Amino acid sequence: MSTPKRIFVKGNEAICHGALTAGAKCFFGYPITPQNDIPEFMSAAMIEAGGQFVQAESEVAAANMLLGAAGCGIRALTSSSSPGISLKQEAISYMAGSEIPGVIVNVSRGGPGLGDIGPSQGDYFQATKGGGHGDYHLLVLAPGTVQEAYDLTIKAFDLAFKYRNPVMILADAIIGQMKEPLVPWIPQGLDPDEGQDWGLQGAKGRAPRLLKSLFLDDGALAGQNEKLAAKYRAMQVETDQELFLTEDADLIVVAFGSIGRIVKSTIRKLRAQGHKVGLVRPITLFPFPSAVLLDLARQGKRFLTIEHNMGQMVEDVRLAIRTVADSAFHGQLPGNLPTPDDFEQPILKALEG
Amino acid sequence: MNQEIRVTNYPEVLTDRASHYCPGCHHGIAHRLVAEAITELGLVDKTILIGSIGCSVFIYNYLSLDAIESPHGRAPAVATGVKRARPDKIVFSYQGDGDLASIGMAEIMHCANRGENITTIFVNNTVYGMTGGQMAPTTLVGQKTTTCPGGRCRENEGMPIRMTEIIASLGGVAFAERVAVNNIKNIKKAQKAVTKAFECQTKEIGFSFVEVLATCPTNWRMTPIQANKRIETEMIPYFPLGNFKDVLAKEEK
Repeated sequence: MSTPKRIFVKGNEAICHGALTAGAKCFFGYPITPQNDIPEFMSAAMIEAGGQFVQAESEVAAANMLLGAAGCGIRALTSSSSPGISLKQEAISYMAGSEIPGVIVNVSRGGPGLGDIGPSQGDYFQATKGGGHGDYHLLVLAPGTVQEAYDLTIKAFDLAFKYRNPVMILADAIIGQMKEPLVPWIPQGLDPDEGQDWGLQGAKGRAPRLLKSLFLDDGALAGQNEKLAAKYRAMQVETDQELFLTEDADLIVVAFGSIGRIVKSTIRKLRAQGHKVGLVRPITLFPFPSAVLLDLARQGKRFLTIEHNMGQMVEDVRLAIRTVADSAFHGQLPGNLPTPDDFEQPILKALEG
Repeated sequence: MNQEIRVTNYPEVLTDRASHYCPGCHHGIAHRLVAEAITELGLVDKTILIGSIGCSVFIYNYLSLDAIESPHGRAPAVATGVKRARPDKIVFSYQGDGDLASIGMAEIMHCANRGENITTIFVNNTVYGMTGGQMAPTTLVGQKTTTCPGGRCRENEGMPIRMTEIIASLGGVAFAERVAVNNIKNIKKAQKAVTKAFECQTKEIGFSFVEVLATCPTNWRMTPIQANKRIETEMIPYFPLGNFKDVLAKEEK
């Protein structure tokens, strides 16, 4: 096999390439900025790949189409941006309850309400704490580069089917709209029989299969929710994070997604000036890298959480390290594209402690 | 001692269990019409059932088919996803009037308009049954419900919606018919309509829709016999029976 060629694409396109190479067969979308490149790209590419593309009448319908398609045990996805993701929560809750492995992409924008169309990390709570009604979690993956948008989209499908649980890719307008080099790779060993032992296909020669989230019998919902909780505990092994210059650091900055990569540049600059700063960039937001943070806290390090919102992930950081340390917080306001310089003073201030 | 004797056989796909439906409810007949149609057409092995919200949420207990539950009103969207993922299967949704004509209006309209090769069985009993008899989009003017205790009023709640006529007007629709199951004659016609609807799906010529006028004696505060009579005296005059679209019949001519 020849060496894969580098391509120069937007994060939104990288997600499409990742989904196609992961074997996605159905895409259901609806227009909303800043994710429009995804349905536009998929409207042609998914058909060329022999799959199905539907521009749904609403985000509500698109997510419910995903419920149906993924319920057949095939790889399928939908994408949207913050206000549209709110509309998808109904079907996402049903997917979690019925154990259906749909993949949902959120190229998030500013909120609440109509907000703006610029970058924001205001959907952290919604993504990691369930989002819809009921007692459930999604696996949540947060790309920080265009390459990672591709890699994590492939991983999203693997995890969705491994756990029979919906997976959300939480990107933002920066990752979605930014162009970067991407080296595509082809996942090996995709199981052609994946999903065929539980998916809907017509009950020929076997007992019927039923995908449902209604459990009315005495104790039935308790049993189901215990089963889901056990699954969420088992997912902890999937925790993933990038550690950058943490070993000798006095201060650990915790930042995810696009902000994580921008902070990394700030840290490089501050390191050159002799400041001992490191970065933990959570790649999985659920499960959250609590153990890694606690370990660093036990080494006596101090913490600063930086987010593109008014303070959401910082609650999980504080929860992780609460027995030994606390975290300061810096919130980048929406409406502008942050630069590494924006984070210099907040980090220096935290270093002074 | 009474001995139970089966006086007639029914399709194997109908499970042998007592239903949770109230005495005099028409859901059981509608279930059986579906069971007979897919059995007659030899489709049982490849049929996928899309359930909805309402009394018929438990339809998967009575039809021995692969099945999935949908959120309220979304069955046509879920059906679209299933059919797109498995175009070689037979996919049908079974929905009530609150589900389909109120909260699910967008989903049914666009599914029909896209001409998805899906069949929808729409059971119209003019009330929200499972939640206790609230006003539905099909509740007749003057009909009393728990949320229009003085009777539905045209000025305040508008007129009841005639779904089959609306569905028939959409380009993607191959078949749209309204039937009743209040007497043998109407049941026979209903049986033909449901079979034709599934036949359209096997021929992949577009969306097929059968509206079944049905009783809800409990929420109508009627006996089963009174409820059956109401179909004839009040429902059929406003919701006329008959075929509103049949692309197959047109082709045959």
